[in-house]
Amino acid sequence: MKPLTNRSKVASNKEMTFVEKLYIPAIMSGMRITLKHLFKKKVTINYPEVQREHAQVFRGQHVLKRDEEGRENCTACGLCAVACPAEAITMVAGERQKGEEHLYREEKYAVEYNINMLRCIFCGLCEEACPKDAIYLTDRINLSNYGRDRFIYTKEYLVEGSEAVNRIDVNPRRKGVREGAL
Amino acid sequence: MEIIIFKVVLVIVLFAVSLGIAAYSTLAERKIAAFFQDRVGPNRAGPFGLLQPLADGVKMIMKEEIIPQTSNAFLFIIGPGISMVTALMTSAVIPWGPNITIAGQSVALQVADLNIGVLYVLGVVSIGVYGIMIGGWASNNKFALLGAVRASSQMISYELAMGMSIIAIVMSTGSLTLGNIVTAQSGWGGMAWNVFWQPLGFLIFIICAFAECNRTPFDLPESETELVGGYHTEYSSMKLGFYLFSEYVNMFISSAMISCLYFGGYNFPGMSSVQASVGEIPFALICAGVFMAKVFFFIFFFMWIRWTIPRFRFDQLMDLGWKVLIPLSILNMLVTGAVLLFFN
Repeated sequence: MKPLTNRSKVASNKEMTFVEKLYIPAIMSGMRITLKHLFKKKVTINYPEVQREHAQVFRGQHVLKRDEEGRENCTACGLCAVACPAEAITMVAGERQKGEEHLYREEKYAVEYNINMLRCIFCGLCEEACPKDAIYLTDRINLSNYGRDRFIYTKEYLVEGSEAVNRIDVNPRRKGVREGAL
Repeated sequence: MEIIIFKVVLVIVLFAVSLGIAAYSTLAERKIAAFFQDRVGPNRAGPFGLLQPLADGVKMIMKEEIIPQTSNAFLFIIGPGISMVTALMTSAVIPWGPNITIAGQSVALQVADLNIGVLYVLGVVSIGVYGIMIGGWASNNKFALLGAVRASSQMISYELAMGMSIIAIVMSTGSLTLGNIVTAQSGWGGMAWNVFWQPLGFLIFIICAFAECNRTPFDLPESETELVGGYHTEYSSMKLGFYLFSEYVNMFISSAMISCLYFGGYNFPGMSSVQASVGEIPFALICAGVFMAKVFFFIFFFMWIRWTIPRFRFDQLMDLGWKVLIPLSILNMLVTGAVLLFFN
């Protein structure tokens, strides 16, 4: 039979020679191998202090975007909830009142917007469905928690801050998706 | 009187040092294992994980102590105690440095310079089997019993070869005193180590030392993968801690014995010139430091082997002990005897 790789070896049950039976040369070569590993570069990444770089299009915790004037983009159209294969997204729509024009971009907005992070499969279909540029997946990792109820992320968690420093930049991901990066 | 105080201080220091080294061996083991596997190892408790042994100790003490209902409570409790006591007792006869003068008398840096030091070590080591055997048997658990049976058969088999490999040393030195065995190796400017005279004996001894300490590749009594911990399956809390700890103390003492018997103890090249240039106490300390360096190397060697070689099968273990090491050690003894008879 033709070997699949050039690394395959023919197994044989031949009698071992005296030197092989001593095992000491074999043990020594094994010890040499382990000793070499002692000085090799460690592969460990000290996680909380050092973080691995994510892929450009990494799909992590969601963000609800605001526009340049700090108004929420979301109009509670419900397309994301429909697109969601895991049915993780629920929302309650409401009408914008007089004097709330600086908060919401259009006449309709999401009073409540919940994503159940235990259901979410981070597929990104909500982002694809959104016509208003409102929901994006980011490279943030959603953290562990003690109770299951705390995994239902409400608007407080999801909407980005209106100040420039609290904005969440989704441009790298947008660019990556456009260019078809991995 | 001063000598008694000196000995008492030495005992206390030795006790603390043995426990300290055993505690830090646990950290060293995890660190070295990690390095051999390209990992970093424990580094969260203190700088470089240096407080890890402390954290482990606290954890061990705080854990719930379970004594199985069907066990023999008395023997169950006494088992880890025997293990620990015998592990600590061996260090009494090991010479840690050259003689120093106290109150006008030359005293060895050694708790007890017994005239049957080697015999004492072998005797104490064989009592160590009881700790494991009693503990495993009293647990009334099949895994524990199997582990204990394996441990006792293994330790008894390898004690024979170990004893006979030491006999060759005793023959060539002409003394059972460990102090004399070490001073006999001070020739050639501190390089007349027994390992050059007795390479085969050294090989046999070190293999047996691995088996006596229940270390990989001879860790069949524990063999976590098949016996879920072996003789200490039923143990929890500090009683388990004592078993694990006594293993590391044993490792330390074995390393000290290997250095003493085969690697010249505290002798090192250029020893006499150092002795001439510094005082008596600094010289003793330097010698003790050199001895410790050798001991640490062998502790590292124990760990190095552990993370290199897989475990033996039980029948292979017995084969190696009875069919290879014992005949070889008899041969070694005969050859040594013949050489002594015809060339001296």
